[in-house]
Amino acid sequence: MKSTTAPRATSSDPAVAGPAPRSSGFGRRGPRHGPADRAGGGIRRQLPTSPWLFAAPGLLIVGAFSLYPFLSTLINSFTDRRTLVAGEFVGLANFAELLDDEMFWIGLRNSTLYVVGVVPALVLLPLLLALLVQRQIPGITFFRSAFYTPVVASIVVVGLIWVWMLDDRGLVNSLLEIVGVGKIGFLSDQWLLLMSAMAVTVWKGLGYYMIIYLAALANVPRELHEAAAVDGAGAVRRFVTVTMPAVRSTMVLVGALSSVAAFKVFSEVYLMAGPTGGPAGEDTTLVMLVQRVGTGLSGRVGYASAISVVVFVVTVALMLLVLRADRKEDA
Amino acid sequence: MSAPKAPHRPDPTAASGSASTDRAVTATGGRSFRTAGVSRGTGGPRTAGGPRTAFTDGEGRRIGLGQLVLRYALLVAVLALMVGPFLWQLSTSLKGPTENIFSSPPSFLPSDPTLANYGRVAETIPVWEYAFNSLKVACANVVTNCVGAALAGYALARLRYRGRKAATLAFILAMLVPVEGIIIAQFTTMRELGLNNTLLGVLLPGSIGALNVLLMRNAFLGLPAEVEEAAYVDGANAWQRFLRIALPGVKGTLAVVAIFAFMGAWDDFLWPLIVLSDPQNYTLTIGLNYLHGTFANDERLVAAGTIIAVLPLIVLFACLQRYFFRGVGEGAVKG
Repeated sequence: MKSTTAPRATSSDPAVAGPAPRSSGFGRRGPRHGPADRAGGGIRRQLPTSPWLFAAPGLLIVGAFSLYPFLSTLINSFTDRRTLVAGEFVGLANFAELLDDEMFWIGLRNSTLYVVGVVPALVLLPLLLALLVQRQIPGITFFRSAFYTPVVASIVVVGLIWVWMLDDRGLVNSLLEIVGVGKIGFLSDQWLLLMSAMAVTVWKGLGYYMIIYLAALANVPRELHEAAAVDGAGAVRRFVTVTMPAVRSTMVLVGALSSVAAFKVFSEVYLMAGPTGGPAGEDTTLVMLVQRVGTGLSGRVGYASAISVVVFVVTVALMLLVLRADRKEDA
Repeated sequence: MSAPKAPHRPDPTAASGSASTDRAVTATGGRSFRTAGVSRGTGGPRTAGGPRTAFTDGEGRRIGLGQLVLRYALLVAVLALMVGPFLWQLSTSLKGPTENIFSSPPSFLPSDPTLANYGRVAETIPVWEYAFNSLKVACANVVTNCVGAALAGYALARLRYRGRKAATLAFILAMLVPVEGIIIAQFTTMRELGLNNTLLGVLLPGSIGALNVLLMRNAFLGLPAEVEEAAYVDGANAWQRFLRIALPGVKGTLAVVAIFAFMGAWDDFLWPLIVLSDPQNYTLTIGLNYLHGTFANDERLVAAGTIIAVLPLIVLFACLQRYFFRGVGEGAVKG
């Protein structure tokens, strides 16, 4: 292991050798051809094994618990594997079954609705919030931190807090009664439940995206605003013509982040509507369906994997959609 | 040497660094706030009722009194919306068995505050054991992520060897895989390893986050290479350069990784829900879900349980805000 100083160690890394011909084998034996330095300022000569020792724990974990499960999800989706049964290749049978599975369509509908409901709110509201906390007025640090509190709390805590808030006898309903609106069954109606869950998702995400927008706003030149103000533009006008274009790339980023997260929603709905997904399971989301179908001793791993594949495909499609919308606006 | 351009999960630990956020968000405390006194603007007094008072904010920009009042009114309204629910939960948890928690109009303060509900939670579920389980997983997650991500990040950023690009690619791909999509496969993997229903099984999948590795890689790339090259010439080996020279330079990022590793493990729900089946091994979030599912009608009990779960993180956040905000910035700005 002391070979760092030995001359032959210099050739241990053919990848560094730049235009020099690649040495054969694992490079350790190969002759050196010219200087091996390369732009980038890295360290040239290296012990052949130690870099892999550095990277090994990370590669092992990531390989075993991210990349391998990803591949095995793809493979399992073509089998009828169960938790305790190895299963056999069944071709596209799982996907064919999906088409006839009412629950799958309910899940797809709810997860899609979630994106439609949550994303516009999470793109716009945190931006307004960021504008509100942007000016350096006394106590603003406190307000910023306070607005971030829901981000820090576990989704379970947040979910249970709102289950109690929105209870038939909870705070929101008793306030609504005082105002004269009367009680609203937030947690008993299928659609109100889904919308309540969306509201909770937005509530929990506000602070996080607010911080992202604050950073973007800090880079908007103040002169732009001042010039617009001199030209007589009002606050709304300045927001549309100065602020929005300046933070547009951040808005796209927030849109991408929040749409992918919204489509994969699980915890909020699970906690508020219950493990079975509300009345007649009508509030089930796709990831809830994956969890319900695929776990337990009789879990249908193959079928749940097929649903997971749909989740992959839609999330990738959502990303591409948002990025493409961005490019179109550019043109 | 571009930063990984990748769609990010809303995971606050996402990769790619940016320093501007940090500055913008955290360096805000303690700015002076001056009353600019009377502003006799260019065009003489603007309002009929005498000279108008104006203030300047921390950056020296003027801000009108009316606008200032409006801003604070809005801030307080949002504050009530964001923090109010937590306080309501706290208030509910402190109300005794004789107090009507459903009263209308609602009573915001407990008439006779008591900690009895916290004792009752502990009698109903082993809440302190669950909290201890969560603590064990969270602390282990901090250690594994800091050590594993720093080592791998250093290997990706500084060490030269064949296959480095492939290794970087592996981490980028792993970052892109949505956790929700692979939980079933992770569960079968855990079963094969015999680690389902153990805390080790809860810990392992997130123990070295790909995002954290890439975050550390970017931090190491941001350090000047010359010092390490000099150390190399002086005969320092990779381990010595890593430990003595590189690591002290990335303390800030390491703190971010540590905090988000702790928070991620403490708050996690879906994965522990799937991998843990025996109530004895539950973490706090799963225990709360169990409490809610079994004793949903006892609002005081659930409220006390949620406060137990959220308080440690709120304290942590209050102490280390800077790093929380910095983590968000590093995660998202470069996108």
